[in-house]
Amino acid sequence: MLEIRNITQRFGGITALEEISFRVAKGEITGVIGPNGAGKTTLFNIVTGLYTQTAGSVILEGIDISRLPAERLASRGLVRTFQNIELFGTMTVLENVMLGLHTRSNSGILACMGKMPWHVREETRIRSESLEWLEFCGISDLAEQTAANLPFGKGRFLEIARAMAVKPVIMLMDEPAAGLNNRETSELAELIRKIRSTGVTVVLVEHDMELVMDICDRIVVLNLGKKLAEGTPREIQENPAVIAAYLGEG
Amino acid sequence: MAVNREIIKFLAMVVVILVAPLLVHEGYLINVMVFIGIHTMLALALNLLLGYAGQISLGQAGFFGLGAYISGILTATHGINPWAAMAAAALFVTFLAFIVGFPILKLKGHYLAMATLGLGIIIYIVFNEAVEQTGGPSGLSGIPNLQVAGIVFDTDLKNYYLIWAFTLAAMGLALNLVHSRIGRALRAIHDSEVAARVMGVNARLLKVQIFALSAGLSAIAGSLYAHTMTFIAPASFGFNFSVELVTMVIIGGLASIYGSLLGAALLTLLPEMLRAFQDYDIIVYGLLLIVMTMFMPGGLVKGVPSALSRIRGKLQGRPVPHA
Repeated sequence: MLEIRNITQRFGGITALEEISFRVAKGEITGVIGPNGAGKTTLFNIVTGLYTQTAGSVILEGIDISRLPAERLASRGLVRTFQNIELFGTMTVLENVMLGLHTRSNSGILACMGKMPWHVREETRIRSESLEWLEFCGISDLAEQTAANLPFGKGRFLEIARAMAVKPVIMLMDEPAAGLNNRETSELAELIRKIRSTGVTVVLVEHDMELVMDICDRIVVLNLGKKLAEGTPREIQENPAVIAAYLGEG
Repeated sequence: MAVNREIIKFLAMVVVILVAPLLVHEGYLINVMVFIGIHTMLALALNLLLGYAGQISLGQAGFFGLGAYISGILTATHGINPWAAMAAAALFVTFLAFIVGFPILKLKGHYLAMATLGLGIIIYIVFNEAVEQTGGPSGLSGIPNLQVAGIVFDTDLKNYYLIWAFTLAAMGLALNLVHSRIGRALRAIHDSEVAARVMGVNARLLKVQIFALSAGLSAIAGSLYAHTMTFIAPASFGFNFSVELVTMVIIGGLASIYGSLLGAALLTLLPEMLRAFQDYDIIVYGLLLIVMTMFMPGGLVKGVPSALSRIRGKLQGRPVPHA
């Protein structure tokens, strides 16, 4: 489904990532973990088109997407969420999700200005489908609220609803549990499983080990820009190199 | 239903605008109201770019002037039909802005302000220096009035209805646009460009498209201005006027179509009321801008209702909700 092939990223003289390779299988939840500065977010930014890597490639469903800009990836079914939540603050919760359907609608400026009948029909579809995604993420009671006024945890769920509205084949989540309390984290775990059950492949970068070990099918461990280990949660927990890296004995 | 309320609000405005000149008996005031119409269209054009997409332009007066001069030269010098000239002006300016927009809108913030400022100044210099075509600083006269089915728009009252027909149409189209997927995409770019891109919005292209639309609409306003005044001179299209347009948008309300009308009306009436201050009116603009951004950052359209509700709350002794 998604293949990371020999990704190297250098910023000036610093090598942030070196020859990283792994595969993400369809329908699985893959966790990318590692101590701070391991290069997890850099890797995410490369995969989602925000950075261009120094070398290597990213293959999505057999197609090399590594040179495509971010805005071309949504229509190919790749979406992401952000560690610090990037919402459209002045818009309502519903409008945020409606933007997720941008690539699945196509009325142009003139059709929108003239309120053409096909555009009106499209708007109706966008609205009703967006409401369904709010329902899916359990925040439909907030539909008319301004996004900037949401508590952090709800914002996280909104970001996921908006990403789901794209109808992705794969979703990358950058530290989805960051800033969430225990109850919200367990709701999040449930939501991520629910997302997988709709057939969406999930890749997440996460610090919350309990969550990662609980929901991930496979785990990739990065340390200092290199891949340290890869395997099931159990294998990773027993891997001496991983334990050493986390306890700082490397 | 929210949609119906939108329509009622719009129709109420149409009625007020239709009736307004019947209540005013001074020809001079009708002339001022003609200008409010033109300024509304210009403020609206800028608001789509500045208020919705969050991209500044300090060159709007240039596009306004290009519309006026293209229309003026084609009709007064070359005898082309005024309506055809208006269409030509709108198409040319839209196209020009589209081409120029690609490199310019890569810039952000102050740099974008400087680039659009430069563009406006270049256009202004052309008006002054291309004396053969434009008549230079002394202006271009003999521009014919527009006419429809034998009616010549040659009085203030007729021009009032002509210009407001265009302005209301532009407002209606703009309202449709901002309540559509394109309008949402514009606001999304404004709020978080990176998230908008990740959601598949081609931010770069959309910004350029809105810039072109904004320029084209300004050109139509320019053409209407030229055919109404029958005389144009570069002084009307300088940097000061671009700044005045930005002031209208901010005072009326960023990202508000009705705010554009409010801001345009206020800033058109204000100089009339400030005649006594003569050249010091620019100080009043400055003060107004400072006071507005400090106390009503949402502009009149959002600031006045929230101020009213706060006053009402105080009168009833309720705790004041902080908006």
